[in-house]
Amino acid sequence: MDLSFTAEEMTFRGEIRDFVAKNLPAPIREKLSSGRHPSRDDIVTWTRILHGRGWSVPHWPVEWGGTGWTPVQLSIFNDEIQAGHAPESLAFGTSMVGPVIYTFGTQAQKARFLPHIADLTEWWCQGFSEPGAGSDLAGLRTAAKLDGDSWVINGQKTWTTLAQYADWIFVLARTDASVKKQEGISFFLCDMKTPGVTVRPIQTIDGGFEVNEVFFDNVRIPAENIVGKENKGWDYAKFLLSNERNGIARVGVSKARLAKIRRLAELPTYGDKPKMDDPVFRMKLAAVEVELKALEMTQMRVISAAGKVEKGKPNPMSSVLKIKGSELQQATTELLMDVVGPYALPFEPEREDGERWNEPSIGPDWASTIAPTYFNTRKVSIYGGSNEIQRSIIAKAILGL
Amino acid sequence: MDFDLTEEQSLVADNLTRLLKDRYGFEQRKAYKKDPLGFSEALWSQYAEMGLLGAAFSEQDGGYGGGAVERMLIAEAFGRSLALEPYMASVVLAGGAVKHAGSAEQRASLLGSVATGELRLALAHAERAAGWNPFDVATTATRDGSGFALNGEKGLVINGDSAQKLIVLARTAGGRRERAGLGLFVIDAGATGVLRRGYETQDGQRAAEIGFVNARVEDVLGDSEGAAGAVAATLDEAIAALCAEGVGAMSEATEITTEYLKTRKQFGTPIGSFQALQHRASDMIVALEQARSMMYYATMMASETDADARSRAMSAAKAQIGRSAKFIGQQATQLHGGIAMTYEYKLGHLFKRMTMIEMSYGDADYHLQKLGGGPSLFAA
Repeated sequence: MDLSFTAEEMTFRGEIRDFVAKNLPAPIREKLSSGRHPSRDDIVTWTRILHGRGWSVPHWPVEWGGTGWTPVQLSIFNDEIQAGHAPESLAFGTSMVGPVIYTFGTQAQKARFLPHIADLTEWWCQGFSEPGAGSDLAGLRTAAKLDGDSWVINGQKTWTTLAQYADWIFVLARTDASVKKQEGISFFLCDMKTPGVTVRPIQTIDGGFEVNEVFFDNVRIPAENIVGKENKGWDYAKFLLSNERNGIARVGVSKARLAKIRRLAELPTYGDKPKMDDPVFRMKLAAVEVELKALEMTQMRVISAAGKVEKGKPNPMSSVLKIKGSELQQATTELLMDVVGPYALPFEPEREDGERWNEPSIGPDWASTIAPTYFNTRKVSIYGGSNEIQRSIIAKAILGL
Repeated sequence: MDFDLTEEQSLVADNLTRLLKDRYGFEQRKAYKKDPLGFSEALWSQYAEMGLLGAAFSEQDGGYGGGAVERMLIAEAFGRSLALEPYMASVVLAGGAVKHAGSAEQRASLLGSVATGELRLALAHAERAAGWNPFDVATTATRDGSGFALNGEKGLVINGDSAQKLIVLARTAGGRRERAGLGLFVIDAGATGVLRRGYETQDGQRAAEIGFVNARVEDVLGDSEGAAGAVAATLDEAIAALCAEGVGAMSEATEITTEYLKTRKQFGTPIGSFQALQHRASDMIVALEQARSMMYYATMMASETDADARSRAMSAAKAQIGRSAKFIGQQATQLHGGIAMTYEYKLGHLFKRMTMIEMSYGDADYHLQKLGGGPSLFAA
């Protein structure tokens, strides 16, 4: 047992950190470190920079642009991207539909789609949730019928993140209503420009526009745009969701936020002492740091065991990572609220568009994003399979209840 | 980074697990506890024969050259079985003090006999007024001819009632809470001027309050004024081992509870089919995995030479284990219902051991306070 990183792993970490420091455009770094969201262009710009280095889809098979890195190296890479305030890759392409296509897709689909995911010349979004199918995803009602050489899709998806930028959407739709609900679902690839696709934004409580409704009204897509076998879509969806959960602990994001909390808590913002001098605050901060350190180790345990379990088989430990990771992301936003204090109040959603906003901020210049971040981060225990769904997975798959 | 054990380490863990499975059922434990020593002397000899007692001492000191990983494996297995034998007292605590403070000669003679099981030691470091501060020492050792005279009172000396020799932390110089001026002394437990009051602890283990009245002692481990560093290193190793013992107890409590959820029926169905109970049990798994991770972290950091970094790591681990233990103990009790409240059932004793681990060497709040305001645990 040797729980320290090897010299090679340390060198690797240094190489990634160095690359991020030298190549991430400063305005993007400043925007993300202040708690604002990257724009579409920010994500595209950074993905192209990574793509130029051969690092835009490091976890993919080498023939499609992957790096062949070990699970530990991949984890170090993600950690450094998050800690360096670089935009994360667009998961809908790189971690969700990409792996589904290279695992279950046809050769033609791989050649058609994977290169554009890797360099982000095509933006993907996820058509899973529906108004009537949230945690009970298999209860979805959007339907697809084969008509000649086309599939015709009708229905509605919701909570579709960044659909406003998307070129393509992957869609779960019912193709057989006569069987058990999990056994009549198929997995489709749909061009967002197809007639009958409509996107309607949903404003979230932080004031932002991240998520959308997507409507399908007699949308005709080519017959070859089904992935894998008809009515096997639920298997591909489960594969995709367990990949989604692997990165969901977001230890690097919480680490970066803790570093920011320490920096802000040292500022003499209110009263006669910085927040860091408050022993109650210090103890709360220490408690979150301890849990995050533990989670980092838990993640390393899962990663180092990953080489030993069957590839593509979902690991229920990812549910442990999801629950604790989301709770800690939320805990860090609560600590930020402790630090910002009274100037949590001013609501300035226009500052989100920082490049064009010239008005001086109402409170301290770092304060306006904190309450929105707190509100926005409540989503993390809801999405990706709510934490209650994860508890039920643990009960079944780990405890055998 | 790898979490794999060496072949020798796996062998240690497997052999011990097999022995305890065979010899440490909960009913058998009840019998061992009735022995005046408070544990099974026969099993103690068997651990020695298996090489467990010397596993973490160097070969020059009469051991087998292992370290923190061996202590972790042994303590975790003992935690699962609620073993009563004085492994922590004799090997980890007192043995650790000898290892860190003693001369080569002292180490070879004392640790060699600890490893064979012939000599049982106990570490008398804590005092009633000190709380969890190990350097708050009022017991004095004053020069007396060729040796020293010990005066004062030591408390909560784990297995101090049955140890043959005591390692006593006493002040030779300096003020009450100073780190300088502390020495570690080796004294026969039956020596003149040593008064022991043995008792049972909440978790079925044994301890003693020990008074020293002009007790003469010749043997000092190393520097009679400079033992603080050795004490800190020893207690940090003890915290790491205690974390592993806690994880063993938590794992066992979680398994017993899961089994109960599968077999206990109410409303005509196993109670484990109820979502309210499933989710409590799942949260136990999350707490257990977090604790297990910090057990590894503590093991990795137990031999760190930067004492501040090591101490911070132990605080982080002990805080996590304390919080997880409290959560798991309380949930396991609730999920069992009434049966958990009975003295004859193992679960309550696991809960009590986990709780006493939390109350030893600093509870979670104590360690979080120590960490608070200090450097980040994620320093680059």
